[in-house]
Amino acid sequence: MTPETLDTLEAAVAERLPDLPRERIGDALIVRVTPENLIAAMTVLRDDPALNFQQMIDLAGVHYPERDKPLEAVYQLLSVYKNHRLRVKCAIAEGEALPSITPLWSCADWYEREAYDLLGILFSGHPDLRRILNEYDFDGHPLRKDFPVTGRIEVRYDETLGRIVREPISLERGNREPYRHTL
Amino acid sequence: METQAKKTEFLNYTVNFGPQHPAAHGVLRLLLELDGEVVERADPHIGFLHRGTEKLLEHKTYLQGVPYFDRLDYMSMMSEEHSWVLAVEKLMGIQAPERAQYIRVIFAELTRMLNHLLFLGAHGLDVGAMTMFIYCFRERERIMDMYEAVCGARVHAAYFRPGGVARDLPDGLAEKIQSFIEDFPSKIDEYETLLTNNRIWKQRLVDIGVVSAAEALDMGYVGPMLRGSGIAWDLRKAEPYDAYDRIDFDIPIGKNGDSYDRYLVRVEELRQSNRIIAQCLQQMPKGPVKIENFKTSSPYRQEMKEGMESLIHHFKLFSEGFEAPPGEVYVATESPKGEFGVYIISHGGNKPYRVKIRAAGYNHLQSLKSILKGHMLADVTTIVGTIDIVFGEIDR
Repeated sequence: MTPETLDTLEAAVAERLPDLPRERIGDALIVRVTPENLIAAMTVLRDDPALNFQQMIDLAGVHYPERDKPLEAVYQLLSVYKNHRLRVKCAIAEGEALPSITPLWSCADWYEREAYDLLGILFSGHPDLRRILNEYDFDGHPLRKDFPVTGRIEVRYDETLGRIVREPISLERGNREPYRHTL
Repeated sequence: METQAKKTEFLNYTVNFGPQHPAAHGVLRLLLELDGEVVERADPHIGFLHRGTEKLLEHKTYLQGVPYFDRLDYMSMMSEEHSWVLAVEKLMGIQAPERAQYIRVIFAELTRMLNHLLFLGAHGLDVGAMTMFIYCFRERERIMDMYEAVCGARVHAAYFRPGGVARDLPDGLAEKIQSFIEDFPSKIDEYETLLTNNRIWKQRLVDIGVVSAAEALDMGYVGPMLRGSGIAWDLRKAEPYDAYDRIDFDIPIGKNGDSYDRYLVRVEELRQSNRIIAQCLQQMPKGPVKIENFKTSSPYRQEMKEGMESLIHHFKLFSEGFEAPPGEVYVATESPKGEFGVYIISHGGNKPYRVKIRAAGYNHLQSLKSILKGHMLADVTTIVGTIDIVFGEIDR
């Protein structure tokens, strides 16, 4: 985004949604919401003619294990008429649920299912919150930082039993270190 | 009692379309509830090709991440790499040299041709136009040869790198691309004589899968699907990256938002890609093809033979990678299927903290739930074909 559109957007957001904390990282404008005001804020963002975010482009869940509210949903909004973008972030505690935004954007359906599947973020009011990318009986949420990259179980077909068996994973060279990044 | 007996007579029939079905374009499992031949309810199931790319990327350096992107949408390889390298460059605050930008645009557009040719061929095959498949693959073969010439692989290129491209075009490739693009418009005409006014093709596509502009926005459509519904939105124009701001091209849009319009949009995009490549070849300057800061790009092979420093750079880059500053970026490019976005959160260090890949086909596929409703079973293949899905990017 050009600096001018960013300034106009920030002014418009400041006017329409004055209570929300704003932040700029690079050329992106970020707005923080809480589960309580998420729907109200999103409705304004979508319907206000100066903001006009008709598209919910992406929803990314992020896990920060060291934080009080370890799960965060990051919504990317786009306006094709105004050509601007906005990032909306909402942090929640474990076991807390976010209100579903499927009534506002129908494409949010699968994104919320994905965030639930991969990170265990719950969405209240979602029409059909089940796993999407992993198998339906999968255990755990793989994009959490404490989930090992190699997984926990392995699945194989047993000739003698004539069925599929699941057992704890055994690797000769296990790369089972939980994620650690150097700071 | 009598009414109940009547009810059972009209019970809907549930059909499992896929995951192994030649018209399912990969591993799509579609649960179709049919009333006679009319689709009452459609429920796509995905995840058969889930490889955990996002998780894996958290454990790889930024450079090691590049090949994973080829394997997302394996029909438009370099376009996916493009998003990743641009995102990493933005995070690092670097920019590729001008020649590299032109080379990337050339290959992004060749990739668009690859993808749209596959769309045409496979869509034709679904609808019954067998010849299209063979015609399209003839041209795809030539483009894949260019891929091979530039990076040694026909499909999984890993050619775009943060800070430029892996190597310069080999001798004679520019001429080869030039002769291809001189030849290609006549091939597009050939496809069009087969399809555009073909009565059967029109009967199968016109007014099938109609999506209005408002619906398209609500369902998160991007790329040719959005343009087919009449919204002139193209990231190459709206948020120009690399050399696109120096190039003149048009955005085709559809009028009715049906499958036929989306076909026409894609055919016109083939012509526009041709135009873009022609301009790139003309404007492309000479010079380096990667940033000559060897902390982030690989040193020259020649210098490595003699220089200790180059050798150290080479070793450090390919083992440890480079450190990115803390921050977060979202970069989207216009991949052949639409907006392909990469959202990187970095906490410093040589690996990203979290990567989210925004695949274009994800929304298109989930909209099947609503657009299939009320169509005949035979139109399911048309609609699955028109949304141009590849499961690599959807399942990630």
